[in-house]
Amino acid sequence: MNYVLRDGRIIDPTSKRDEEADLVIENGRVTRIGRGLRAPAASREIHCKGLLVTPGFVDLHTHLREPGQEYKEDIASGTRAAAAGGFSTVCCMANTTPVNDCRAVTDLIVRRAREVGATRVFPVGAITKGLGGAELAEMAEMREAGIVAVSDDGLPVMNAELMRRALEYARTFGLPVVQHCEDKHLAAGGVMNESASSTRAGLKGQPSAAESVMVARDLELVALTGARYHVAHVSAAASVRLLREARKRGLPVTCEVTPHHLTLTDVVCCGYDTATKVAPPLRTQADIDALKEALADGTIDAVATDHAPHSLVEKDVEFDLAAFGMVGLETALPLLLGLVEDKVITLERAVYLLTAGPAQIFAFPEAFGTLIEGVVADVTIIDPAARWTVQREALLSKSKNTPFHGRAVLGRVKATLVGGRIAYDGSGELAQPGEGKG
Amino acid sequence: MTFPHRHLLGIEQLSAPDLTRLLDLADTFLEISERPIKKVPTLRGRTVINLFMENSTRTRTSFEIAAKRLSADAVNISGSGSSTSKGETLLDTARNLEAMRPDIVVLRHSASGSPHFIAQRVGCAVVNAGDGAHEHPTQALLDCATIRKHKGRIDGLEVAICGDITHSRVARSNILALSRLGARVRVCGPGTMLPVGIEAMGATVVRRLDDALDGADVVMMLRIQKERQGAPLIPNTREYARTFGLGPRNVGLAKPDAIIMHPGPINRGVELDPAVADGSRSVILDQVTYGVAVRMAVLYLLGGGIEVSTSGGSAGSDAEKRS
Repeated sequence: MNYVLRDGRIIDPTSKRDEEADLVIENGRVTRIGRGLRAPAASREIHCKGLLVTPGFVDLHTHLREPGQEYKEDIASGTRAAAAGGFSTVCCMANTTPVNDCRAVTDLIVRRAREVGATRVFPVGAITKGLGGAELAEMAEMREAGIVAVSDDGLPVMNAELMRRALEYARTFGLPVVQHCEDKHLAAGGVMNESASSTRAGLKGQPSAAESVMVARDLELVALTGARYHVAHVSAAASVRLLREARKRGLPVTCEVTPHHLTLTDVVCCGYDTATKVAPPLRTQADIDALKEALADGTIDAVATDHAPHSLVEKDVEFDLAAFGMVGLETALPLLLGLVEDKVITLERAVYLLTAGPAQIFAFPEAFGTLIEGVVADVTIIDPAARWTVQREALLSKSKNTPFHGRAVLGRVKATLVGGRIAYDGSGELAQPGEGKG
Repeated sequence: MTFPHRHLLGIEQLSAPDLTRLLDLADTFLEISERPIKKVPTLRGRTVINLFMENSTRTRTSFEIAAKRLSADAVNISGSGSSTSKGETLLDTARNLEAMRPDIVVLRHSASGSPHFIAQRVGCAVVNAGDGAHEHPTQALLDCATIRKHKGRIDGLEVAICGDITHSRVARSNILALSRLGARVRVCGPGTMLPVGIEAMGATVVRRLDDALDGADVVMMLRIQKERQGAPLIPNTREYARTFGLGPRNVGLAKPDAIIMHPGPINRGVELDPAVADGSRSVILDQVTYGVAVRMAVLYLLGGGIEVSTSGGSAGSDAEKRS
């Protein structure tokens, strides 16, 4: 099926396009962009007046939980949630069971994603075997099988010598190394950010220095090795400052931030709602202010969800015992648009952070995150004026661990196209057979 | 007048009038424990379950005696460590107990927020008997009652709380209660035992013990909670006793009529020299006595003892008239 997306406001940060125009999709690719375009043969028109048409979103940080933890999420449910959130590409982390630390597991994920995935899925391989932090994983073979980066996400690489070797080895294969920065000793036992809030709640805190000391160490290792390095879910003001300085020095470093670290402070943990327990922990308003500044000035390159589904088994327990993590695919866009409404960032910057920004960070096999003639037709259609309330029961993810339940938000994904196919259709209108306006 | 709370989860939720009401009520209940027959029918037919998932002798016994002196049926359940050691979750344990229709569950647990977690999911009243490093509201109430008895007031007093503040739920509840009732609270301990942002709860941080004691009306010494600490926070107890222990050498820095308190159990010779623990300024055993009275007041207000007491003409109704 070919499509004409008619009269939408097309925002493509890469080509600096921001105008009302038509976008023609033929054989899974974007073939023409312009005004008053004639529809190709065998095509359907989707009426996009008043809607935003953007490149499909790219999530660098998703936990799909397959293989091994399918009761929390699987590739089918996780990618359906992704498509509902406007994502056409997700990168799934290696902390599955078994760990994605060799070709066989990468192959399995790639094959399952082809069979049941609603979106594109690119696995992230482990840095170390079994996430054990001791021996390098088989990065070369995983790269052949389709990984786009390596990370021991969930766990940091504590050993500086091993981290050095990981950077050197990954560089050989053009793989960025993604670090979950958390000094194990400083963070030991901590279940939230260390602050006046953790003191009041009587919960053990992790100081923000647990993150920033590892960022500082790693940046010196990047200077030593020249390897591509990416900080996952940056959360602390000090980390942002270090990264800004490193960029000025010309180091090949990037970082991502999650919507929840931009919108929630650690005060919410004082109610002991385990949906607020996440790693790295929610920080203070001063950290949020620093993250927002870094979003606007270009220090932060991408917004990533760190979508971390957990079932009630892990979450309906005492705060100390609950698993870290929250789902995020279906709430990322409206939370980011909230920052646009608050004039923290422009709409164009918000789109960049979800598309072209992340698309340039991992070793993807082709150009995603842009809408120019010839690219694959990964497209997200957004109703920027839709006001709605997040309801955990309405999430497509198998897990409902969101701290945003009941939150009134602005902006909603209407549809997501992946390679010219409709992966998500919020209105249910596009799935109707026949011609006509959508 | 009804008590505006269904549960007692912490001092945090209580206003100054709530606190004063509980303290006044405790004063009236104190007398019951001095009678030859130490029992009133106020909570007859009510069931109180003491669910203690962490070791306790003093607090559990105190709650049990309080319930029994009000004629409630008290059941004690002890679990060692976390509920997961037996494979059953805390929530399942609580739901099973709830199915037996208790009126009040008194919960002690090593995880902060456990009483809040349970209170949201069961129908009966929940009393926090100490949750992790968070709160121990009945301890703060009994401390306030003891201070009020000896000092005649709380407003305007200088109170020093010394020791492992980081891991102390007693310190947190006392900071909240005492500052809400108008006292000025200073906390003191080695830097490794002073939590970030404790000032925001209403305390002033003092680094040296001498400065904390200087001019204090009340000195509250805390135990070093080795079981809650991860990495060691002090070199050894010898150095701790020399720098942060209260003894004849430094007790004179407090006001001449200052009282010495301790929530127990005492590590004699570490934070408290026996000469001071057993000396004339020590009110440590008064605290324990008040513990029963305060817990009677709490159970009475949460257990809906008002109707019973009116018909029975018990101490409870007297207490109501006074408050």
